[in-house]
Amino acid sequence: MSSEIDTDYVIGQDNIQTNVGPFGLDFHNPVFLISGLSVIFLVLFCLIFNEAASSMFGALRPWLTTQFDFVFAIAMNIFVLFCLFLVVSPLGRVKIGGKHAKPEYSYLSWFAMLFAAGMGIGLVFYGVLEPLNHTLSPPLGVPGALDADGNLADAAVAAQAARVGMAATIFHWGLHPWAAYSVVALALAIFCYNKGLPLTVRSAFYPILGKHTWGWPGHIIDSLASLATLAGLATSLGYGASQAAAGMNYVFGIEATTTLKVIIIIAVTALALISVLRGLDGGVKLLSEANMLLALALFLFVLIAGATADIFSIFGTGLVTYVSELPALSNWIGREDTGYFHGWTTFYWAWWIAWSPFVGMFIARVSLGRTVREFVICVLVVPTLVCVLWMAAFGGTAISQMVNDSYMGVQQTIANWTPELSLFAMLEQLPMTTVTSLVGIVLVLVFFVTSSDSGSLVVDTICAGGKIDAPVSQRVFWCCFEGLIAIALLLGGGLASLQALAIATGFPFAIICVAMCYCIYRGLSTEEV
Amino acid sequence: MYSNIMVPVDLAHLDKIDKALRAAADLARHYGATVHYVAVTAAAPSEVAHNPAEFAAKLDSFVAAQASGYGIDARAHPIKSHDPAVDLDETLRDAGDAIDADLIVMASHAPGFAEHVFQAHGGYVASHSDLSVFVVR
Repeated sequence: MSSEIDTDYVIGQDNIQTNVGPFGLDFHNPVFLISGLSVIFLVLFCLIFNEAASSMFGALRPWLTTQFDFVFAIAMNIFVLFCLFLVVSPLGRVKIGGKHAKPEYSYLSWFAMLFAAGMGIGLVFYGVLEPLNHTLSPPLGVPGALDADGNLADAAVAAQAARVGMAATIFHWGLHPWAAYSVVALALAIFCYNKGLPLTVRSAFYPILGKHTWGWPGHIIDSLASLATLAGLATSLGYGASQAAAGMNYVFGIEATTTLKVIIIIAVTALALISVLRGLDGGVKLLSEANMLLALALFLFVLIAGATADIFSIFGTGLVTYVSELPALSNWIGREDTGYFHGWTTFYWAWWIAWSPFVGMFIARVSLGRTVREFVICVLVVPTLVCVLWMAAFGGTAISQMVNDSYMGVQQTIANWTPELSLFAMLEQLPMTTVTSLVGIVLVLVFFVTSSDSGSLVVDTICAGGKIDAPVSQRVFWCCFEGLIAIALLLGGGLASLQALAIATGFPFAIICVAMCYCIYRGLSTEEV
Repeated sequence: MYSNIMVPVDLAHLDKIDKALRAAADLARHYGATVHYVAVTAAAPSEVAHNPAEFAAKLDSFVAAQASGYGIDARAHPIKSHDPAVDLDETLRDAGDAIDADLIVMASHAPGFAEHVFQAHGGYVASHSDLSVFVVR
């Protein structure tokens, strides 16, 4: 192919191939060691200097998201605009993998896997809480649905609060995060499948770094990406275990002891191991599809048993308000609703960007054979609509329960800040609570399994210098490693510190990912259509 | 006795399968069989090739060299897999069926503890295939 980048670099040339006992290893030097050792160092630091770590990293994240709010806001807006540009530009005709490439996965499997890596867990936990939270205290100076005494405001005010609250939620789960994922995924896919460079984050920067891509600048980018992924996954797993345990406690009355949480982490890791050993098609693809069906079933149940009319109405009004308020919500200058802008928006932006190397790389891996236009539309628009539908059903029902039935159960979980219980508090008002709550718990746990599996795949590929056929024992290693970190931090304290650090990596990546837009443009300009 | 011999090859580690290649060629000459060289790749770039087309070209030139070197009838079968590190065994088994092979000659790495957890490819194919399998150690 003429568009291929001519480089002397051979994939795996910096790799160390050795045997440790009976296991064959094939990893990149020095990315594997830097990522592995720095994670171990950081975990030990969080465990031993618990308080110092918590005050240091705990302050770092809010400092970044308040002082550099504009960096996150500008970066995310650039991602959205760049993606929209690609849809209308002639560059959108370029096909990932060259003009003769064919898609490896059907649309359904592909969509299922988009959610498996990045967003599934969040949708289950925040689908109920966030729309109601923003209805209670909407951004942009709009009055909330409850007055200062906790009484319901009049119908017009409550309806406006619900509309803006829904729009404010869609803003965090819609075009912006998926644009960030699209940029990273597209950059990696183009430079891997079209340009012949290894499937690793550094390859996307070849137009800027040239041969330095294979030197220290590249080592740093790859190490940072795998560090962010590992720390993010392990802390999510730790928190996820607490949340699942709290859910079990709420629904079944099982005491949420530390032992139960450790058992959950071990069970999720064990299932992820089985999935890892079964490979991409037999493991994560299969689980993602199964989980998509389960999520669809729960969604349809809520749609039918919940406040059906209100759900459809909030879907429409929320979407319209989202479009009309998009400029105001995206603006970073002179914001007075800092509680929303810093506490929610910028926090989410940092979070999505920190996850983007992981999710982006996984999406890149499964997106061969799609044109750029098809890719951007499918990764940007379809997941956004799915998120809006989901939020409308789950959040819309919770809002309706409060506004129409004066049910304050979900509002209580916000007041007490127990987001893991919001879903169950909402389901409590619908029929078959035990069954649906159980489905909710299974849904979350399976999303954790698919995250852990796809995360191990991504970290292993990065740490093997872009080699996707490195020994499977390495994926097993990363999968166990994540589980062990989660258990260590759960028992020793420090989940919050390491998670704050993981989110803080969103700051350098925000800048790195803007550079990626330029690299994508350069890369696409030399492609045949 | 044999007319289609399948030989899985790892283009990145040809040095390690020399014995299996010789054994396959000797058998092919003896029985007048065709040797089918099967190599598996993912769509993503690997240490062997930047894309599947280049991979196929490399396999072709390898097979041509085997054919002229040993004086045998040889064919190349480049096969794409989504996740070769895991799917290799099944991919090879399916390839054997598609080629209608009656004998597989393949190299295996030394067996050890890890193979109880992670199948050695030769061992898996030998125990999950109806064909005769000649595992060359």
